[in-house]
Amino acid sequence: MNTNKHQRHWIAFSTLLTREVRRFLRIWPQTLLPPAITMTLYFIIFGNLIGSRIGEMGGFSYMDYIVPGIIMMAVINNAYANVASSFYSAKFQSHIEELIVAPIPNYLILAGYVAGGTARGLCVGLIVTIVSLFFTQLPIQHLLITISMVFLSAILFALGGFINAIYAQSFDEIAIIPTFILTPLTYLGGVFYSINLLPDFWQNVSLLNPILYMVNAFRFGMLGASDIPVFIAFSIIIVCIIALSTFAISLLNKGTGLRN
Amino acid sequence: MKALSIHNLCKTYQNGLEALRDINLEVEQGDFFALLGPNGAGKSTTIGVITSLVTKTEGKVQVFDSDIDDDPEQAKSYIGLVPQEFNFNGFEQVKHILVTQAGYYGMTAAQAEPRADELLNQLGLWQKRHTASRSLSGGMKRRLMIARALMHKPKLLILDEPTAGVDIELRRSMWTFLQKINEEGTTIILTTHYLEEAENLCRKIAIIDQGKIIENTDMKSLLNRLDKETFILDLKYPLPEDIDLSELSVERIDDTTLEVELDQKESLNGLFTILSAQGIEVCSMKNKANRLEELFLSLVETTDISI
Repeated sequence: MNTNKHQRHWIAFSTLLTREVRRFLRIWPQTLLPPAITMTLYFIIFGNLIGSRIGEMGGFSYMDYIVPGIIMMAVINNAYANVASSFYSAKFQSHIEELIVAPIPNYLILAGYVAGGTARGLCVGLIVTIVSLFFTQLPIQHLLITISMVFLSAILFALGGFINAIYAQSFDEIAIIPTFILTPLTYLGGVFYSINLLPDFWQNVSLLNPILYMVNAFRFGMLGASDIPVFIAFSIIIVCIIALSTFAISLLNKGTGLRN
Repeated sequence: MKALSIHNLCKTYQNGLEALRDINLEVEQGDFFALLGPNGAGKSTTIGVITSLVTKTEGKVQVFDSDIDDDPEQAKSYIGLVPQEFNFNGFEQVKHILVTQAGYYGMTAAQAEPRADELLNQLGLWQKRHTASRSLSGGMKRRLMIARALMHKPKLLILDEPTAGVDIELRRSMWTFLQKINEEGTTIILTTHYLEEAENLCRKIAIIDQGKIIENTDMKSLLNRLDKETFILDLKYPLPEDIDLSELSVERIDDTTLEVELDQKESLNGLFTILSAQGIEVCSMKNKANRLEELFLSLVETTDISI
């Protein structure tokens, strides 16, 4: 080991990222194919069949309106699921010990897993985007906002998956959060409708849902329209990323769920 | 500089179990060191603390002068660990496991690939390099864990029961391999339940029982403490009924087998002189039990065990 500390850290991080990417590519029928099929069904059923009867939403065809939300839904679900299942499997099979005994600081372990989850989220996002091009054209109004929002959202949910996996004691426990929290929040996060359709009370309740901000900011990037101000969305997501990162590192430092 | 130095190490688990009680231990560079003890004595907990898998309650641990709390990265970089249980990703290919492990220690793929090839060849895993690790036999998995621990050329190799469940042929080839890397300068700490293994390989020994070090010395002086040794003799002809062996502490096992207990002070020549005088011819002779095993059992406090 004749490399300096920064080089060593970089090699360790890229090794972990490579391992994570290799993992989700190796099991592509479980990781990449299902979202492509599910989202295609969404486009056919909600976009084409039902959407044609709904008409316009927020000034856009229903298909155009739901495409950004569906892409974002695929990104956050997959970023979350990748880290939750990969990290929990590493705990379950005990090969997380390879990392604990290695000279890698905890923040790099977190960064490696989160980067892996982000990579899968973005990969699935790209696949769903390509699928969506069979149904509609995608006008991107603000490229930087679109890319940065999808990137930040993937990071945030990868962090969520990591924390879930740290606490999880069984495979059931990594399914509970996506099933009972993530999915309802996604469906109620303005993927399929504008919150302007809701009564005032439910509009205000919806504003407590972080996914609403991501979906709307992403939609603003693509269509130029949003139910909420975009800078608020970015601020909330960045604050959440900082908070979850700090929390995740403190859990790693304490060895929660990992060390006796 | 000591390879490992442990001072006043204590570990109490959350359930109140005191696993380690004021452990003090030093391992010199280049040692082949045995850490022995009955099940649950604290061997794996000690190894867990050294390798950061277990959080200590109190005490100080230094690896080549690097404190595991103050400079964990440096301390960890010196250690290679072969744990008791298989702990690699069963779905990954053998060579990927090795190259990935090297990456965690800062080795580039260009550095790691030839090192992995070298170890795969040395440990007889070359043909399996593209096999998913879960498909390997038990012995191969053990060898893979040794190869993985050696990828970054650690100065201190810790093996926690590396030959458990391994057949004798493979065990002996692993001994030869470990002796070779020890001769090349790697300090080795070994825990094992095969006391013959510890006696053959290790020059220093510590025995841990109920969380305390009860013996810490070199193997030779420990074995010298054995005051009696028991031998089994296979005889060429059946023993006559009226033979007089009252000068010896002897037990007749069957017509052609004798068990003889000798004090450390007594010589084997004396034994054979007496046997020859009686016209007894001995075909072969062996120790009844491994010498270290006899000592180990006398040192370790026996507790009531219900099975």
